[in-house]
Amino acid sequence: MSGSRTEAAIGPWMLRWRRFRRNRAGMAALLVLVALVLFVLAAFPMQIWGGMNADATDLFARFDPPDAAHWLGRDEAGRDVLLRLMVGGQISLLVGLLGTAVGGAFGVLIGICAGYFGGKIDALLMRFTDGMIALPLLPLVIVMGAIDLTKIGFSRDFAHSGAVGFWRIVVVIAIVDWTAIARLVRAATMALKERDFVRSARASGAGAGYTMASHILPNIATPVIVAFTLTVGRVILLESTLSFLGFGIVPPTPSWGNMLSNAQDMVINAPALAVYPGLLILITVIAVNFLGDGLQSAFDPRAER
Amino acid sequence: MSDLFSLDNVSVQFKVGRKILRAVDRVSLAIAEGETLALVGESGSGKSTLGNVVAGLQVPTEGTLAFKGRKLDRASWPVARRAIQIVFQDPFGALDPRMPVSDIIAEPLRIQGTANAAERAARAAELIEQVGLPVDALNRYPHEFSGGQRQRIAIARALAPRPQLIVADEPLSALDVSIQSQVLNLMKDLQAAHSLSYLFISHDLAVVNHLVDRIAVLYLGRLVEVGPRAELFAGPAHPYTRALLASVPRIGARRSRGRAIVGEMPSPLAPPPGCVFHPRCPLAQDICRTEVPMLAPLAARAGEAACHFRDQVA
Repeated sequence: MSGSRTEAAIGPWMLRWRRFRRNRAGMAALLVLVALVLFVLAAFPMQIWGGMNADATDLFARFDPPDAAHWLGRDEAGRDVLLRLMVGGQISLLVGLLGTAVGGAFGVLIGICAGYFGGKIDALLMRFTDGMIALPLLPLVIVMGAIDLTKIGFSRDFAHSGAVGFWRIVVVIAIVDWTAIARLVRAATMALKERDFVRSARASGAGAGYTMASHILPNIATPVIVAFTLTVGRVILLESTLSFLGFGIVPPTPSWGNMLSNAQDMVINAPALAVYPGLLILITVIAVNFLGDGLQSAFDPRAER
Repeated sequence: MSDLFSLDNVSVQFKVGRKILRAVDRVSLAIAEGETLALVGESGSGKSTLGNVVAGLQVPTEGTLAFKGRKLDRASWPVARRAIQIVFQDPFGALDPRMPVSDIIAEPLRIQGTANAAERAARAAELIEQVGLPVDALNRYPHEFSGGQRQRIAIARALAPRPQLIVADEPLSALDVSIQSQVLNLMKDLQAAHSLSYLFISHDLAVVNHLVDRIAVLYLGRLVEVGPRAELFAGPAHPYTRALLASVPRIGARRSRGRAIVGEMPSPLAPPPGCVFHPRCPLAQDICRTEVPMLAPLAARAGEAACHFRDQVA
């Protein structure tokens, strides 16, 4: 008797975690991602205590092979490749996560409001979404890149700092990458809001906010999580495209994307310079997708047994 | 017995394209405290819409609602809502698949903010036993239960805020016959234990016969007959009620104890003039085609019927 009562006290998150732990691919992906995060964070002790600098050039040591001090050798300007991969990874991962989080959250918000309230609100929000879909990516990026930030109220210091390229890219990605999630969420919300469990919550006096948070969001979690993980991978790739075009993360600040595009000129002479960032992007995207699969089954109680 | 919930001249209209669909047309009805009132009719008769009106899911286009004699408006709805809960037909759609049973049962308390987490857990444990499920069911998810068990969970959920009226929208029709009687008995027991009123929406007259005190018959959104169960079953006053009773299959009885109804229910988009039942009525006269019969008390027995010949046909 008392045993069953304590079992009843286990919360839904604990149950989800238990289910997730049983998913081997998901757990492996989680471990890989944790390892990647530790890897990119290892740049800090190397910079602080090892006295290394990712931007320090040494033109007498161009394309040096790996040695005890520089495990992965040096690039075309004699910079340490390992450290640049770590620092670049910080930026790439952060762009991937922040861009997805900001854009995805916006997409979920637009989609859930359009689907739940319907009518004129739906029409308005969806026409807005259609408009965004119709905007071509590259001209938008070029226009965004040409905006003089000091004219729209940012300080001169910020506008000329290295961080501005990072924030610009996050904003651009958030602007272009929310529409697919918004449509997905809208469709799922419309189907859910007529279900009896939503109606019985309404009959008990539940407001729109409660219904969305307690019934709609948990029930659309599965497709949204999958969409998010796919987006993270795409955003990391998009970052490399944009960096290649000279927009966003500007060298010498490294990112996996610009290291990869940088290396393509030298792919015959120094293929390793392209392989390392390419491999890291590949591993990250795959791990994120497997993590998404694991989360999907953890959130779906029916996946058990 | 005083009125717990009453509807006065309630209509619900939907716009379908340019036309107006009258799902419920000028219905006046009262549910007494502790009473079980059945709402019967064919599909499309507006009985679910009327149930939604009582449960607060559908705002009537016209007419007024009153709870315990107090007219319901924006200010008084939240209070009445606590006292009125709904149980749906489909036990597979009525429970959120992503919520553990403990949260589902305690949800009305959470929405209304009347109990903290510990009180809600205690109430859920108390209710799960009342509906005859083991305590460890609380920790599980809806998909682990059968239809009958789910309906028990839905009933436990409805009981959580200690309601006075439960709208049961065909709660048995999705269940196996063997399970139906179990759930039916549970509903009866709970009624006795908690002095509940039920608005029991059904198209199954055999089930209705086991549970209810009074019956209201709905046809094309209009109330055609209201009366105590025994009297109504013994001597239906409206020809539609009679046809409905005659259509109940009985084991051992010869077929066609009366004439079953012919034809289909007309579209509520274009209801016939006069009495809405006249195109299918075996007794229809000229007056039925022009004048709408009002619901009026019967001469011979308790009850009301909306028929020009209500006192002659019995």
